[in-house]
Amino acid sequence: MSILADYGTILLVLGCIFCVFMAWGVGANDVANAMGTSVGSGALTIRQAIIIAMVFEFLGAYLAGGEVTATVRKGIIDPAIMAGHPELLVYGMLSALLAAGTWLVIASMLGWPVSTTHSIVGAIVGFAAVGISTSAIAWGKVGTIVASWVVSPVLAGTFSFLLFKSVQWLIFNNEHPEAAARRFIPVYMFLVGFLIAMVTLLKGLKHVFKDSGLKLSYLENTGIAVLIGLIAAAVGFYFLRRVNTQAPQGDNRYANVEKVFAVLMIFTACSMAFAHGSNDVANAVGPLAAIVTVVSSGGAIAAKSAMPGWVLLLGGLGIVVGLATYGYKVIATIGRKITELTPSRGFAAELGAASTVVVASGLGLPISTTHTLVGAVLGVGMARGIGALNLGVIGSIFLSWLVTLPAGAGLAIVFFFMFKSIFGA
Amino acid sequence: MKLKNPLTEMFGRSPIKPMEEHMTVALQTARELLGFYRASVNEDWTAAEASYNAISKLEQQADELKKQIRLHLPKNLFLPVPRADLLELITRQDKIPNRCKDISGLMLGRKMVFPKQLHEPVEAYLNTAFSTVEQAHTAIAELDQLLETGFGGREMDLVESMVSELNRLEQQTDHQQIALRAELFKLEPELPPVDVIFFYRIIEEMGDLADRAQRTGQRLLQLLAR
Repeated sequence: MSILADYGTILLVLGCIFCVFMAWGVGANDVANAMGTSVGSGALTIRQAIIIAMVFEFLGAYLAGGEVTATVRKGIIDPAIMAGHPELLVYGMLSALLAAGTWLVIASMLGWPVSTTHSIVGAIVGFAAVGISTSAIAWGKVGTIVASWVVSPVLAGTFSFLLFKSVQWLIFNNEHPEAAARRFIPVYMFLVGFLIAMVTLLKGLKHVFKDSGLKLSYLENTGIAVLIGLIAAAVGFYFLRRVNTQAPQGDNRYANVEKVFAVLMIFTACSMAFAHGSNDVANAVGPLAAIVTVVSSGGAIAAKSAMPGWVLLLGGLGIVVGLATYGYKVIATIGRKITELTPSRGFAAELGAASTVVVASGLGLPISTTHTLVGAVLGVGMARGIGALNLGVIGSIFLSWLVTLPAGAGLAIVFFFMFKSIFGA
Repeated sequence: MKLKNPLTEMFGRSPIKPMEEHMTVALQTARELLGFYRASVNEDWTAAEASYNAISKLEQQADELKKQIRLHLPKNLFLPVPRADLLELITRQDKIPNRCKDISGLMLGRKMVFPKQLHEPVEAYLNTAFSTVEQAHTAIAELDQLLETGFGGREMDLVESMVSELNRLEQQTDHQQIALRAELFKLEPELPPVDVIFFYRIIEEMGDLADRAQRTGQRLLQLLAR
């Protein structure tokens, strides 16, 4: 254990630096996808999008990111096998962070779409398979994660398809679409509030409250979630009353309806940021959490050790900094290009994606937010809601995501042996 | 830093707005044809030529728009309506400016002036033909609203009623055409035979203009029928 005793602090500091580096990359690049749809549809200005992203990414990471963090920390590698070599786990997680962060920067410079989730999972599997042994990896869990990358876009697409169909039926097909929109939109708002609150209460908060021993029954949770949903609907109601649709309309009869939908999009944008924070931030935080638990326990790899809350905070902060320094530019670029999504379509896509991500976070599955969004946009397209979609591009997108796996793994292996030679094994 | 973002890359160029733009150009050519006809009645051939040139230019513009739409509809584009239907619809739309150009070109080349007794009925007839083009334009302009509602429901009924109004207008041109021919037939003995042949031809082509507008509307309905 002398390595951990000698270098523990250095390793810890390095871990924090790499974690912030990775979180910064997520904030600079990845968040833009989550927020771009709202900006593109004109529901939010860039400034508003940034503020919402900062607040809700942070909240999502802190309140609901625990489950995914736990999976990344101890679900992919079998802790029992690592017990003899705690320092290897530390090196590995350091290299995973560094690899994923580096890959994020490289890919961004080359203009390739990249998924933080894929790179971090690839990196962890990579270092464990080569640096330790293939038997150290919980292949069953990895299989579940990989399967969820396919399932989650499909699920998001299904959700957004159904949502958009319901909008068509309830609102656009109504004799007075605008009145119908004002009537039904609070229901959607309730849905947003309820869903997010429910998953957070059931899964996320146990990581926050675990020390205080606060336990809520399922029924209590449901009650609180309903209450939060109602609050969301009430707030939305107030906003809706302030939407002025008296102004003369342009050439599109549904301009006013879209105006009303823009209010709803503010809510789905919040949920999107929350969902993104809960899932993607955890990718940056998970490895650091693993390092922290090993170092602080002096090398005992306990699968059941508690996860420090400040690690989640750190990840949340990293994201906010990434947003503030660089993310706004990317959001602007993307927002300018996604104008096809009017608020009614964008809402369906966002809520479909956000609900999928939040549920996946609750199950502790690290999935890619961008992934689900692509699936959700396709779902809206299937409901005949988008003028034109490039199917050819989608194949290449998936390919680039797959490339991310070996890239993350390869980089992680290189860094792993580097750390091993620096600090000794 | 260039950003190839998967989300933005997904969105192709929507053909909906360009289709509407194309139809607007078609409507402008038809409107210009009205002006051309008035100039021919006044035997003001400089004004008529200016009108013809404007029609020519608009017709080229429509062709260019049509070409752009076709170019931006590759096979791997996922559209809310069948690609073949859109291509067929744009073909139909594009026949309207072509016909306007034919009519004005022929009339200008032969410096044709209808006999005095026919001035008014021909103008009324051409006005109805113009109204059919206008109505077709109104229907095509619904495309973006149709996209908004997912090409169904109430919006569909609205377009259907627009197209039945279009059909009514086209029928009106048919009746006017029959009456016009009868008038012309009465005047035949006093007119140069070659001129008569061309009068008949122009009357026919004006009727065909209304026909083409009607077919555009029909094609739009077919595109919506599932």
